[in-house]
Amino acid sequence: MRRFHGLYRALDATSRTSRKEAALVDYFEATPPADAAWAAHLLLGRRGRRAVNTRLLREWAAEKSGLPLWLVEESYDAVGDLAETIALLVPDQGTHGEPEGLAEFIDRRVLGLAGLEPAAQRELVLETWADLDAGERFLFHKLISGGFRVGVAGGLVARALAKVAGVDRATMMHRLAGRWDPTAAAWEDLMSEDEGGDPLRPYPFFLAHAVPAEPAELGDAADFQAEWKWDGIRAQAVRRGSEAVLWSRGGDLVNGGFPEIVEELGGLAPGTVIDGELLAWDGDRPRGFHELQRRINRKSVGKKLREEVPVRLMAYDLLEEGGADLRALPTTERRRRLEALVRAAGLSRLGIAEVVEGESWEELARARSTSRQRGVEGLMLKRRDAPYGAGRPRGDWWKWKVDPFTLDVVLVYAQRGHGRRASLYTDYTLAVWDDGELVPVAKAYSGLTDREIRRVDAFVRRHITDRFGPVRVVEPELVFEIAFEGIQPSARHKAGLSLRFPRIARWREDKSPADADSLDAVRALMGDPS
Amino acid sequence: MSRDLVTTTEDGLWCEAGGFHIDPWRPVERAVVTHAHADHTRPGSGRYLTAAPGVELVRLRTHADAVVDGLEYGERLTIGGVQVSFHPAGHILGSAQVRIERAGEVWVVGGDYKTGADPTCAAFEAVPCDVFISESTFGLPVFQWPDPEEVAAEVRAWWEGNAANGRTSLLCAYALGKSQRLLAGLLDPPGPIAVHGALDRLLGPYRDQGIELPSTEYASVEVAKEVRGRGLVIAPPSANGTPWMRKFGDVSTAFASGWMTLRGPRRRRGFDQGFTVSDHADWRGLLGAIEATGASRVLVTHGYVDPLVRYLSEERGLQAERLDSRFEGEGDGAEESAGSGEAEGPVVEPVSGPGHGAPEGRS
Repeated sequence: MRRFHGLYRALDATSRTSRKEAALVDYFEATPPADAAWAAHLLLGRRGRRAVNTRLLREWAAEKSGLPLWLVEESYDAVGDLAETIALLVPDQGTHGEPEGLAEFIDRRVLGLAGLEPAAQRELVLETWADLDAGERFLFHKLISGGFRVGVAGGLVARALAKVAGVDRATMMHRLAGRWDPTAAAWEDLMSEDEGGDPLRPYPFFLAHAVPAEPAELGDAADFQAEWKWDGIRAQAVRRGSEAVLWSRGGDLVNGGFPEIVEELGGLAPGTVIDGELLAWDGDRPRGFHELQRRINRKSVGKKLREEVPVRLMAYDLLEEGGADLRALPTTERRRRLEALVRAAGLSRLGIAEVVEGESWEELARARSTSRQRGVEGLMLKRRDAPYGAGRPRGDWWKWKVDPFTLDVVLVYAQRGHGRRASLYTDYTLAVWDDGELVPVAKAYSGLTDREIRRVDAFVRRHITDRFGPVRVVEPELVFEIAFEGIQPSARHKAGLSLRFPRIARWREDKSPADADSLDAVRALMGDPS
Repeated sequence: MSRDLVTTTEDGLWCEAGGFHIDPWRPVERAVVTHAHADHTRPGSGRYLTAAPGVELVRLRTHADAVVDGLEYGERLTIGGVQVSFHPAGHILGSAQVRIERAGEVWVVGGDYKTGADPTCAAFEAVPCDVFISESTFGLPVFQWPDPEEVAAEVRAWWEGNAANGRTSLLCAYALGKSQRLLAGLLDPPGPIAVHGALDRLLGPYRDQGIELPSTEYASVEVAKEVRGRGLVIAPPSANGTPWMRKFGDVSTAFASGWMTLRGPRRRRGFDQGFTVSDHADWRGLLGAIEATGASRVLVTHGYVDPLVRYLSEERGLQAERLDSRFEGEGDGAEESAGSGEAEGPVVEPVSGPGHGAPEGRS
């Protein structure tokens, strides 16, 4: 536990990839398998579970620190992170013993905690607080709240593990995919030459970069196969042995939300892996993402929802056929095989992503300009002679999204941020005019530079007119241009609509609140898909 | 109850009975100032009165021909209908609490203060009073300062570690107060120390008053060669990431601030290392100071005002109230401009908007 905390601190303290990688390699090379397996599991952001009710945790922290509960809450509000707040509030007892290794610590104090009655939980938590220093307590709280995260990309962890195992990064990414439990045996599998692990594991996804401002920089348009960029959930359909599963890009099994697709995939020959997009589908075109959302994170889907939100898998790549890994083949060849396979399968919920014809960048740009009418996000460009890569290597796959919608909006509420931005007012509620009144239409957390954030923070502190819990009402004076991807009707929002992926495009210091857009203008955008 | 001795106006804290402002944020006729940080000593007022050890710093902060009078700590002066005296606030050199007495009623304006040890200024002194005006920059129990000697040892270890790896150590801290305090913790330094111009000119007043600091050199191009790979450079936080840093070669950067106790600001600021050092009182320091004054009424200003007011009211049975001000406390460091020599507290840039200095010509 103490060594893992040392690694955590090293990763947290630097933003330099080389130093992070070195810290990871050092740690993994000198760590027993069971601890290493847990460390890899945690660093890769695999799902943790909440072991204790955080309300109880706050109450015990209040009790132990002799503070009223409301002050614990105020502190949390200011710090922006409960694990850190409680770690700081609980008095240091200076009696730090040597805590167990990571695996044993988790087994006893994290997983073990979940099964206890509240009184026994309290006892174990208080005992653990006494054994740890403030930094370790922070980590403990992250682990028992199921919210452990660390600023290290999965690709970097894979690279460090690859180095420790002496294999290349793509091989390690593949070994890491699929289901494995954090055990010493799983660690041995990761490190060894033999093919072990999950028989249904997916391949590492190939991810695209955004095209440069001038797409022609990529070379000849004819070198690329263009497809629509679907606005759904990226997924890999794995059909092996007697099973078929759907993996999300985050490494989760999403079978539960798409039972009819999984059922159909059983009709494919064993040893088939398809890369594609899960979509809510209506006859010949996709429905909005907000409909698909109703299917996400479900364990099962009833008849009613099946009918209300029909779905399909839009296939765009073939990674395995007849049990053979096809990733080294060029795009055109994989595409040819995919078309033949999908056609032969004749499944109603397995579509094939249309190839968008265009010999030149001008033609492709014209096609792209029809994206909104088609309900897609733009174009994907895949180099015709490229293999299917692992992760996000630059050069072969590009996404060319449509330009976002924009609106000028007024800052009306602000709230302190979390994590890196805790203690600054960085979470903004933004409004447009409706009949002389400002109606919130979006919340935005990003888009300003650090410098601008500080200036807005200074403004907020001076122009607070009211307080509701952590929310500060500010004088409506600042105007921002926000960008967003779409508008959905929403009964939950006062404005009757919600914006998709709103973020601040820029601070319009040249505009006054009176220049901001109106709700009618937003409604007009919703009705006008161009 | 009689009228309050100190109130807030558009110009700042105002003592009507004495006819003076305290730390005014706009130019006034007569300014009584608690210390020379930019958010407390603003230029343009007719006359300034401050504690004697701070006169020179206040003069640097205003302008050369400003009238700045000094009063020794504890010495009483009658102004208008009140008696005024200064008492050490332990914040920076020359920092003071302002005691105001009228007909047996005593108010103390705490200004910025800390209760922890600091070799560069006189220690905080609790002044018995009826009403105490307290800051609350770090007025939450999550703020608990580590032992300053331990932090000084951490700074030294960090520097030595960098030197062993051939890296220059760039320690960022506010130019006035914090930098000198850090320097005072590095007597007998393990290598040469260079300082940014913004603080070089602020060292004189300290040395003139006999405060012991290690020898330093202005970080000129030649001196940069000298410290490169082994020395320590002290600079305002805004110097981090600027081309000015290049002359020191491979650097490891650190920031010394009370905010470094929190992970968010630590990560956000993009320094390699954070040291928790503040010239403001932590939670216990605030509570201890307030209690020691014996005041039954406490007016809380700049910082975590609401929680401290509520805590004092509900848990300590005091009459605690919010007092709005425009002081900044300790910002987390980004708003300083490298050349300005600004000290604690970010310089707030004007935010334009209607009624707030909107540019001309906008309809």
